[in-house]
Amino acid sequence: MVIKTEPFVVNIGPAHPSTHGVFRMRATLDGEVVLDIEPVFGYLHRGIEKLAEERTYTQIIPLTDRLDYLASMSNNLAYVLTVEKLAGIAVPERAEYLRVIMAELQRIASHLIGVGAFLNDCGAFMTPILYMIREREKILDLFEMVCGQRLTYNYMRIGGVSHDIPEEFLPALKKFVDRMPGFIDEYDQLLQENEILLARSKGVGILSREQAINISASGPVLRASGVKWDIRKVDPYSIYDRFGFEIPTGSAGDCYDRYRVRVEEMRQSVRILKQAVEKLPAGGVRSEVSHLVRPPAGEAYGHIEAPKGELGFYLVSDNSIAPYRFHVRAPSLLNLTALREMVVGWKVADVLAIFGSIDICMGEVDR
Amino acid sequence: MTVALSGGEIAARLEERFPGSVVESGQDSLLVKSESLRAVAGFLKTAPGLEFDYLTAITGVDYYDYFEVVYQLTSIRHNHSLVVKARCYGRENPALPSVVGLWKGADFQEREIYDLMGIRFEGHPNLKRVVLWDGFTGHPLRKDYL
Amino acid sequence: MSLFDPGLNLSAYYPGTLPPEWPGGYWIHWGVFVVIILAFVLLMAMGFIWLERREVGRFQARLGPNRVGPFGVLQPVADAIKILTKEDIIPAKGDKLVYWLAPVVAFVPVLMVFAVVPFQDGALLADLNIGILYVVAISSVSIVGVFMAGWSSNNKYSLLGAMRAVSQLVSYEIPLGLSILGVVVLAGSLSLNSIVEAQHIPFILLQPLGFLIYMAAAAAEINRTPFDLLEADSEIVAGFHTEYSGMKFALFYLVEYCEVLAVSVIVTTLFLAGWKGPLLPPLLWFLIKVFGVFTVIVWVRATVPRLRVDQVMAFAWKCLLPLALINLLITGIQVLVWPEVLPWAVVFLNLAIMVVLILLWSKFFKLGGGRVEV
Repeated sequence: MVIKTEPFVVNIGPAHPSTHGVFRMRATLDGEVVLDIEPVFGYLHRGIEKLAEERTYTQIIPLTDRLDYLASMSNNLAYVLTVEKLAGIAVPERAEYLRVIMAELQRIASHLIGVGAFLNDCGAFMTPILYMIREREKILDLFEMVCGQRLTYNYMRIGGVSHDIPEEFLPALKKFVDRMPGFIDEYDQLLQENEILLARSKGVGILSREQAINISASGPVLRASGVKWDIRKVDPYSIYDRFGFEIPTGSAGDCYDRYRVRVEEMRQSVRILKQAVEKLPAGGVRSEVSHLVRPPAGEAYGHIEAPKGELGFYLVSDNSIAPYRFHVRAPSLLNLTALREMVVGWKVADVLAIFGSIDICMGEVDR
Repeated sequence: MTVALSGGEIAARLEERFPGSVVESGQDSLLVKSESLRAVAGFLKTAPGLEFDYLTAITGVDYYDYFEVVYQLTSIRHNHSLVVKARCYGRENPALPSVVGLWKGADFQEREIYDLMGIRFEGHPNLKRVVLWDGFTGHPLRKDYL
Repeated sequence: MSLFDPGLNLSAYYPGTLPPEWPGGYWIHWGVFVVIILAFVLLMAMGFIWLERREVGRFQARLGPNRVGPFGVLQPVADAIKILTKEDIIPAKGDKLVYWLAPVVAFVPVLMVFAVVPFQDGALLADLNIGILYVVAISSVSIVGVFMAGWSSNNKYSLLGAMRAVSQLVSYEIPLGLSILGVVVLAGSLSLNSIVEAQHIPFILLQPLGFLIYMAAAAAEINRTPFDLLEADSEIVAGFHTEYSGMKFALFYLVEYCEVLAVSVIVTTLFLAGWKGPLLPPLLWFLIKVFGVFTVIVWVRATVPRLRVDQVMAFAWKCLLPLALINLLITGIQVLVWPEVLPWAVVFLNLAIMVVLILLWSKFFKLGGGRVEV
């Protein structure tokens, strides 16, 4: 006797404890198995690209904060690098080092939340994410010392950074850098060989190497699939070619590899921070650039390795105080393209684990 | 360092393969005709020595007379990059061929350009609005919207 | 002679169930114990709620509730008041009678488990001679309540949760029963009072494998991490009780904690020698052991991530069931062949067998993922 079954459509989101922001997935399920999934987003669209056409180049910097709000320093850095490339502005040495320090601290903070949220989606009941939030609080305290803000920093300026670090910053940073590897080891001890975590994430949601390149994935998603492509090494910006660090890559492209790549990247970031703190020179932190900077007419595409992937800005200028076109190449939007292939055939519980392992932020998906 | 290939070198190779497809080529970009866009893109993706297998970004720009769509291509194997542009004239129904068949990363980006600028991409499997809701009228990122 | 005659001697009708001589007769004994059990269950459930939140808080490097009353002791009271003052929502298209009955059907059997648990030597509501069988049978009825809740909510998430619930809870009944059988064979009786009496050394030492299997199967029965996919907060919002609010939700919440209490109490009775212990009064030993078991259950919850539903099923059928059968076989052989041997030799032998079996199973049984070709 054949029982007639019928697949049903379930809406996961937009308001859901696990969807990292307002994101909706229309899943067609046959029992527990996912047959099809259709991502629907746009709930956080604020029209940043249109707003930027009405603002001067310096006024856009706070707008960029709100793209990937968990990694504001990286957004700022990518934008000011693009404007400096377009206008041909040089940056003093001390500002370059400060930028690298802030970018790497931001990478650690963003990965802590990314890994913690992934583990939360796997069901670990908030315990790992609370430990990681404890470390992130130390990073946010450092940022607050520097620019007074905890989330949307608005710290970088065209031609440098906005102001110099206070004198209590360097000792606090040294203390953090000394203690952080111990914390990462603590997480590894608790989680790396955890049988249940391995069962939930090893072999789950595989993204092959060819697929990853074809969908323009970037960041940890691309590197976990075996492609050794990190903008800091293949197209070094700022002064990254002066630091020694490695690019962790995975091999299988499953959720576990993406998790491991993020944890290893945190270790490498601490390494870069140590080197930057030793070599920090004295000097000015901002070159003389007018507030109403007018880059010559032309266009430029500048990109950096943000924590979530390759963040790029495409600017077209017509020699006026506001850009003619401002476009954001958002890594989370492109990483999301593969969601359907990765998820089909798995179960409902895996949908959220896979989605959490991609680590997106809706601010930059929707802009 | 990622070498940004100049449009001039590639233009020569393209002209012999697809005569008439290149409109102009400059130091930093390459402008092709919109009809030959898909053929040129396919050639750029597979030609030995070029092999642009990674589509970094697609952007649409509204210059009042025409719309220009800019493709930033990168090759992971050779670590070089190229900028390819295509224009479509007319503000009523601008259209371009879609490159989703070549690079799947173009999927959401082309939908977004359709949503915000109104450029239709022929051959896209699911050309619906993505960041705005389905009943929205108008294309906000055009220069004459507001 | 009516049923309410104070001099009634029920042993003529129901041999083996007569409590020790109680002034006032059978019904006074029954009444006093019902009050004691209700008070015990409700107070202990509230104490467990408080203890769980404090303990999980300490695991997560933070304090638990500490505002309401000293050390947050009145937090469960605050929770109860909050829940009771919420609006009672009934889904418009749901099955109203089933929706109304579901919490009741889920809660009552859990309360009935406490009727056969000995708090002290001979102090229990009814010394049934089928004690533990009654417990296992009755606790299966609350599965029906869970499914009724998921079905009548007219909500796809709840239905998903209910389906998962039925498959998981029914599968884990079998290792549960088999691991209890090991204890029964050792004690020679199903009655809980006799099992406690028979424990000259606690059965956890004589039955280490049975203890572990029972803890795993019971954790699955009461929807605790790592098996709490029925109410997985991060997946299907709240599973079968998504649509419940107010007093009905309070009943489900209470069901969860009373089930934990029931499992802790049963584990104490079967494996940890119930109320036995030197020096302190027996009731205090009982409470200490119950709290100890609960602490371990909460410890596992705070530490470990969650399994997926097919992994849970695989674990029950491929891992726990064979181990439980082997455990029963070995226990049976030991009782038959060596009834008079020194207990400590058997303890070490059982521990060694347990270690070998667990290592063997963990080598050959991987909880890997399963992708279905679509």
